[in-house]
Amino acid sequence: MTNFINWGGSRRHFLSHLAGAATWAASSSHFVSALRASAPRLQNEEKSAILLWMGGGPSTIDMWDLKPDAPTGGPFRPISTTGDIQICEHLPRLAQQMHRLSVIRSLSTREADHQRGLYYMKTGFVPNPSVQHPSYGAVVSHELAPTRENLAIPPFVSVGGGSVGAGFLGMSHAPFVVQSNGRVRNLQANADRESLARRMAALELIETQFARQNRGRGPLEHGQVLSKTWEFMTSQQMAAFRLDSESPAVRERYGNTGFGNGCLLARRLVEAGVPFVEVNFSGWDTHANNFTALENKLPEMDQAMSALVEDLAQRGRWEQTAVLWLGEFGRTPRINGNAGRDHWATAWSAVAGGAGIQGGTTVGSTNKDGTAVDSESYGAEDLMASILHALEVPLTTVHKSLSGRPMKIANGGQPIPGLFS
Amino acid sequence: MLGPAKPRRKFILVSATLSLVACTGWSVGNQFGFAAEIPKLVADIDAQFDAAWEEASVVPSKSATDGEWCRRLYLDLLGRIPTLEELQSFLATRSRDKRTNLVDRLLSEEYAEEFAEHWSMVWLNLLIGRDTNSGNRRWIDRDGLREYLQESFSANKPYDVLAEELITATGNNRPGEEEFNGAVNFLTGKLSDNAVDATVSTSRIFLGMRVECTQCHNHPFNDWKQSQFWQLNAYFRQARPLRRYREGELNSVYLMDEDFLGEGGNSPDDAEVYFEMRNGRLQVAYPVFVDGQALENHSGRISQVNRRQELAKLIVSSEYLSQAVVNRLWRHFLGRGFVTPVDDMGPHNPPVLPDIFASLNEAFVRQSYDLKFLMRTIVLGKPYSLSSIAHRRNAEDDPDTGSPPLFSRFYARPMDAEQLYASLLVATHADRAIQRSDRRDDAQRDWLARFTREFDSNDDQPPTVFEGTIPQTLMLMNGGLMRQATSLREGSFLYQVAKRNNLDAMEMIDRLYLAALARRATKPEKQIAEALYREHNGKMEKVLQDMWWAILNSNEFLFIH
Repeated sequence: MTNFINWGGSRRHFLSHLAGAATWAASSSHFVSALRASAPRLQNEEKSAILLWMGGGPSTIDMWDLKPDAPTGGPFRPISTTGDIQICEHLPRLAQQMHRLSVIRSLSTREADHQRGLYYMKTGFVPNPSVQHPSYGAVVSHELAPTRENLAIPPFVSVGGGSVGAGFLGMSHAPFVVQSNGRVRNLQANADRESLARRMAALELIETQFARQNRGRGPLEHGQVLSKTWEFMTSQQMAAFRLDSESPAVRERYGNTGFGNGCLLARRLVEAGVPFVEVNFSGWDTHANNFTALENKLPEMDQAMSALVEDLAQRGRWEQTAVLWLGEFGRTPRINGNAGRDHWATAWSAVAGGAGIQGGTTVGSTNKDGTAVDSESYGAEDLMASILHALEVPLTTVHKSLSGRPMKIANGGQPIPGLFS
Repeated sequence: MLGPAKPRRKFILVSATLSLVACTGWSVGNQFGFAAEIPKLVADIDAQFDAAWEEASVVPSKSATDGEWCRRLYLDLLGRIPTLEELQSFLATRSRDKRTNLVDRLLSEEYAEEFAEHWSMVWLNLLIGRDTNSGNRRWIDRDGLREYLQESFSANKPYDVLAEELITATGNNRPGEEEFNGAVNFLTGKLSDNAVDATVSTSRIFLGMRVECTQCHNHPFNDWKQSQFWQLNAYFRQARPLRRYREGELNSVYLMDEDFLGEGGNSPDDAEVYFEMRNGRLQVAYPVFVDGQALENHSGRISQVNRRQELAKLIVSSEYLSQAVVNRLWRHFLGRGFVTPVDDMGPHNPPVLPDIFASLNEAFVRQSYDLKFLMRTIVLGKPYSLSSIAHRRNAEDDPDTGSPPLFSRFYARPMDAEQLYASLLVATHADRAIQRSDRRDDAQRDWLARFTREFDSNDDQPPTVFEGTIPQTLMLMNGGLMRQATSLREGSFLYQVAKRNNLDAMEMIDRLYLAALARRATKPEKQIAEALYREHNGKMEKVLQDMWWAILNSNEFLFIH
């Protein structure tokens, strides 16, 4: 017996030893998809989105909308970029990518509590005890997964942390959580490949026998999940999770940090056809020593995010990939007694680019000291609608909550005009 | 704290009976003569089902096999599959009353501890959710509530008393602290944000009603008005959770009632709540129950009126209380309620089979809200005895396709995470290695937390739809628990089977099937075992490991059917 490269091979091998094989071999229709040789396919023409989530509420006034002349502007100086826009001096690499990215400076929201802000910014809806709304990733997964027939990886991957779940769109669109080093929990089987294939054959028999007994939808659906899991475990697409296959030079360029690895992993997953990847970077809740904290964090962010944008462009995926940099809210223009900034949702910024979103520009503006938006303001709904629009998801889409209530996609938000030419 | 007279009196009666129970081992039901009532009631309800099926031109499925029925009964009453010994002893019984006897046994003192443990988990998830990481966790002591529920279920506390205690509880939320009262944990985490969550949960759980949509606007589908939400909400505004610190750390939460001055601050004798209507105008609300009964005394002073106690009185004397729990329990055992979703009852969403639903409600109230009486009635009835296999004459009775449930077959549904974990332990003895019970608790908590991440109890979701995901499937296939389950180390279930030298190969395989699936292996399954036997060159342990892995990962194991 040689190595069994795939399930197909070992299954046939196993079946040949089976006296009664014929009685059940024909029955396993829902396993057939698992048997299909699934060659990895680059889906350049298909769109994806990457959400860079800055947990804790990043101080956007010190990064994307500096107020050097205001008494509360803080010590950071603005620098020029390749776009028509100035950003923080501690983001020099991103400054070289700003012709691809735009800053929305006119977000004005009402949720300044971490939980509520996170929920609202990730779903477009304010928390409501009666409905669990789906987050960005789940919505995109729901709309785009049907276009990725050969994708063995779950369509919504969350790197380095949890996320808001799939809500009423159901568990098959829930975030698949991996660590930023690409490690997937419980991927390693407790048996060698050959035994695993044998065990799967026995399982397939029990599974199909039961599913065919007319016991309703549930037992059948379990078989589908089993089949997807098997496909996932054995797929060549799993190579996308292996960061060590990248050269040291590339890994160095992303920074070899948690967020750096996450961004590199996001690029690899998007190239494998995953429609939505979220990369979590937390620690932005700078109530104390805001500026020292930022001096530490910004270089990590600068390096990873700039490498991601540059790589996506150089590898020909920029036009298909929307990138959104976002947190749950911004931080107060006022500097508190601990040299920190507190939660501020009234006026703050997000950054977006790729997939046809205009780069190098700003949308909206804030007043002299950054306390208020002095142009038209936008919320989570509009931001979400913009990303969905870039992914060519129709904004007329209406989902249904489990109790049958119609739910407009992105809560009825409309694309932010300044982001599209 | 003295509650309203009616339920209090009843509980004293029951408590007195319980001391008898402890001596005699008899169930409460026998003391009161419930046992005599149940067969008649069951026969009456069965007859109503027969009539309903005939009217719908539906022929019910065949009876479930003894094995299937026994397995589902253990899962639903105790939260786990039967052990091999328990199953075999049931299968070997010849008595005509064997099913009734098993129900009696599982509800008796013999299983009281397990029964209380299972039902306290079910109610814990319902009352405060599964999510142990939610933002309000610092206000809640899970173990405190669990302790309270365990005591309540092992005493078979009447349901109206349970409800009243949870709604009106005061005291410290943490076990071991002075004035400990675990029941307060139902509300301690729901009082911030003007007690909106307390209003929503109390009405969903105890009244089976959704009032939360009307928090912001009038209900689009039924007659609920925005003002009704805030009128109900006004009952909770005296409740105040106080944080208790010890050495600078939050130690516990003390829930009490204190004077509510009203949001206008005019006079505590006219303690009002304000809410914003959609048109931006402010409107005032005072306590009014969902049926329109208003609290005449508008005072917010505790010395004048305790609003939570007033609310509890209204709830326990309303018909909604029994309807909500009868429906919920029926769904627990049969997979679907008379009303779906279980927390959205009302004229806009009438029950299926209304007469049967009414009979059950009436009997439950007549028997003083005795939960074990209700459970016994449900599991001894015909719908619970049917096979989950549909046939030509009842194929259309399939709620998954949107048709109203007729219960002409048992709707197969996946175990919940707690049932699955407990069943894996029963089937594998995977916990025997862990000696200390607190470590066993930790292991359970850890496994459940990982398995149920992003997966909170959700009343909207019909439990018949499989919610498994790739991470969950991976965890079952490749996780530590499955590794333990398929190990041959001394003491494991597999070791016991493999080392019993008086069994032949097929008897060993049969033992696996009985232990996990409550049936013997089919012919094709035996053939596959034989083929494996040849593959492994006669090493039976290897065959057992492969088969055991396959059985425990199958839909047939993961489902209640």
